[in-house]
Amino acid sequence: MSQEATKGRMLTFNIFRYDPQEPGDKPKMVKYQLEETPGMTVFIALNRLREEQDTSLQFDFVCRAGICGSCAMVINGFPTLACRTLTSKYPKGEIMLMPLPGFELIGDLSVNTGKFMRELAERLKLWLHPISDDIDVHRLEAPMDPAEAAKLYELERCVECGVCVSACATAQMRDTFVGAVGMMKLARFELDSRDGRELEDFYHVIGNQDGVFGCMTLLGCQDNCPKDLPHMQQIAYLRRKMAVTLV
Amino acid sequence: MKLIYTDSLVIGAGLAGLRVAIASKERGLDTVVLSLIPAKRSHSAAAQGGMQASLGNTVKGMGDDEDVHFQDTVKGSDWGCDQDVARMFAHCAPKAVRELANWGVPWTRVTKGPRQVVVNAEKVTIEEAEAAHGLINARDFGGTKKWRTCYTADGTGHSLLYAVDNKAISMDIPVHERMEALSLIHDGKRCHGVVARCLVTGELRAYVAKSTTIATGGYGRLYEVSTNAIICEGIGQALALETGVAKLGNMEAVQFHPTAIVPVGILTTEGCRGDGGLLRDKDGHRFMPDYEPEKKELASRDVVSRRMTEHMRKGKGVDSPYGPHLWLDITLLGRKHVEANLREVKEICENFLGIDPAKDWIPVRPTQHYSMGGIRTDATGQNPQLKGLFSVGEAACWDMHGFNRLGGNSLAETVVGGMIIGKYVADFCQQNTLEIDTGLAESFVAKVQTEIDTLVDGDGSENPFELKQQMQRIMMDYVGIFRNGPELDKAVSELQALLKRANALGLKCKKRHANPELVEALRVKRMLKVALTVAAGAAARTESRGAHAREDFPQRNDKDWLSRTLASWPDAEALSPQLDYEQLDVMKMELPPGYRGYGIDNAIAHPDTEKREQQITDILDDLGEGADRHERQSALMPFEVPESLTPKNERLSEMLEQQVAGEAQ
Repeated sequence: MSQEATKGRMLTFNIFRYDPQEPGDKPKMVKYQLEETPGMTVFIALNRLREEQDTSLQFDFVCRAGICGSCAMVINGFPTLACRTLTSKYPKGEIMLMPLPGFELIGDLSVNTGKFMRELAERLKLWLHPISDDIDVHRLEAPMDPAEAAKLYELERCVECGVCVSACATAQMRDTFVGAVGMMKLARFELDSRDGRELEDFYHVIGNQDGVFGCMTLLGCQDNCPKDLPHMQQIAYLRRKMAVTLV
Repeated sequence: MKLIYTDSLVIGAGLAGLRVAIASKERGLDTVVLSLIPAKRSHSAAAQGGMQASLGNTVKGMGDDEDVHFQDTVKGSDWGCDQDVARMFAHCAPKAVRELANWGVPWTRVTKGPRQVVVNAEKVTIEEAEAAHGLINARDFGGTKKWRTCYTADGTGHSLLYAVDNKAISMDIPVHERMEALSLIHDGKRCHGVVARCLVTGELRAYVAKSTTIATGGYGRLYEVSTNAIICEGIGQALALETGVAKLGNMEAVQFHPTAIVPVGILTTEGCRGDGGLLRDKDGHRFMPDYEPEKKELASRDVVSRRMTEHMRKGKGVDSPYGPHLWLDITLLGRKHVEANLREVKEICENFLGIDPAKDWIPVRPTQHYSMGGIRTDATGQNPQLKGLFSVGEAACWDMHGFNRLGGNSLAETVVGGMIIGKYVADFCQQNTLEIDTGLAESFVAKVQTEIDTLVDGDGSENPFELKQQMQRIMMDYVGIFRNGPELDKAVSELQALLKRANALGLKCKKRHANPELVEALRVKRMLKVALTVAAGAAARTESRGAHAREDFPQRNDKDWLSRTLASWPDAEALSPQLDYEQLDVMKMELPPGYRGYGIDNAIAHPDTEKREQQITDILDDLGEGADRHERQSALMPFEVPESLTPKNERLSEMLEQQVAGEAQ
């Protein structure tokens, strides 16, 4: 990163503004200017804009380190995590910020991904269904194949940021579509040898147009996933599994 | 006024809070969790390295047990911890790890046979036992005698939080998201719930409950640069403090983590050094062996942070526009290891520094990281001053960390503390009735409403963002890694000036619903009071213990300071907390104060230490050689945990020994 080259550059932010709770308010784009500092991220920029220029600006950050998934938004047309997006990435110094589509808008750049994810978890039962509930925590744990554990961890790195849903054409057309996030999680439990569910149980929730058969394979989920999760591979895997259950 | 009733109310949806909620719900209690954010975004997710539990499955963990874990924890705390609590914790940690496996955590597992690891900058081959294959693995962490830190790559907090939240969802536990607790409802003796504000609609609600558990995490964001999520602002501690009755413990005990990246302060896990990473100075020299020849990079965090600062003060830091830093070198671990086991670290380096840590060194420096202090509780997690108020996790001073926490013991505390305290919370709810005094609830709601009205409609002109920044700078400059009397006094007086100014806060944005400026204004005054408990406690403690290092009082002074600082704020208009002290009883300690193993032994002994050591020798002599380690422990310092957690922990080594003994007969 060339610090000298970026120092002092004037950035232009075009930010979506709308407060759905304010009677009469209408969605609009508002322009802000800010001097760039070395290592500036969209997180730093938005906080400075709020502190120095407009204290009503709404956006969400929690970890500011790319770990928690709170700050997904659409930056210059692409959904991504704002906390780890360096402003130096944009040579023209023009940055357009929009809220993630496909989620309830709280205000400005803040959307309710939490509500979406909780409802999805309840609908698809996205938790481990242990084969036996009768496990003694005082005794030695049941062994697990080390390769299986590593594979499960790989699939579990989803941070529920919502990028895959907002980048998915099917999800934009049909609210009931579970999106890559739902399928990734189900695939993770399907693989887990500790989970007692059968293929039929999974078929029951995603063996339809709202699940694996609704995906149009446009790859928006995989192309934009900030955690580089293998969404298409998992969707294809589930599809094959679901097709088997039809036979 | 909207009034919501429940049995068990939990503030905070991180690991500790969710674990308590699960324990309540398991007993059939009505349970509600309040959270600023969706549960899975809690700061627990950021824990990378792992959680300590003495499973002893790996060859480098053989011989580990609760006794060793207990001793490491007490020494790590610089004898500032509650030894009863450290025992309860060490005993239950293996149970919590195994429970989490049953809830879906894909713990990294042991692979039998030889594997190459890096120990002290050298590649060595260790051989894992056939019988350990598939059991839960552990890595090395600072300040521990054995490899004890269980992990899932370097995303342990993420895996745990997801598993525990999924469990909570499966039990249908409601989490009221984007709700901020702003005041406890209490009558001076008993806590009855909280007043909370919805961050979306601005609505104020009273939550009335049998038990209220504060699990809001630490207060790292009192500091300008911190590894903490931006929501770790100490509001949970402020809730207790503002009752005027409840006390906070050891607030001056603030840990700095050695390796946060420069300048933004994002953490790179201690697992980097645990797995064999090294610290280097501007000349590329590995300097830690010069200071700590025995433990080197894996000395306790407070020690490594101070040694790094000392070394930079000698001019050995690397110059940068953000001041000096040092290097963390994990290149010697190899790309394969970095990409598999330190993947979050790799992503952080790529995204925030534009470097590849498999071939480039990482710029690091010590950064505020952990709050050992918090809401004072007894061993059951209950606040001694307000009945029905519980606290757990980093929010609490339960107090298993004393003045320095060992890496891997915080993630462990969240789930182990939650497991133990959750049962006591449930007991409390079953033994007590719900006392609903709507007049009392209304009076607390009215108070918060008045505060909001004054902020929105008043004629104040102070800017909440500016006050917060000034507070954060004061804490960074004067209440940091090395402390001294004049600077701490300066911190106290400057914070007091800010607190006065906070009476005249004024807002530009006048909305009463979602309004980030209003949120900031409501927090900053509360944060200033919490900051004052840290600064005033540090100014008063004229000794050095764990992370509290006084340049003007370099000795650990057990004679005068083997005590826990208690801070309260009885007069709401006062500019200072009231400080009291709670003595630690050496005669009840299983491990009396001794040499911690770093640098010169300069402690001033407590008069009871020798007496207690003699007593311990006598007790053990009386027991004779036939007694096993459990009997010896119990004779020295009996402790209690809830009945369902009392059974002993089974271990692979003990099973193998029994097998061998069986075959010999």
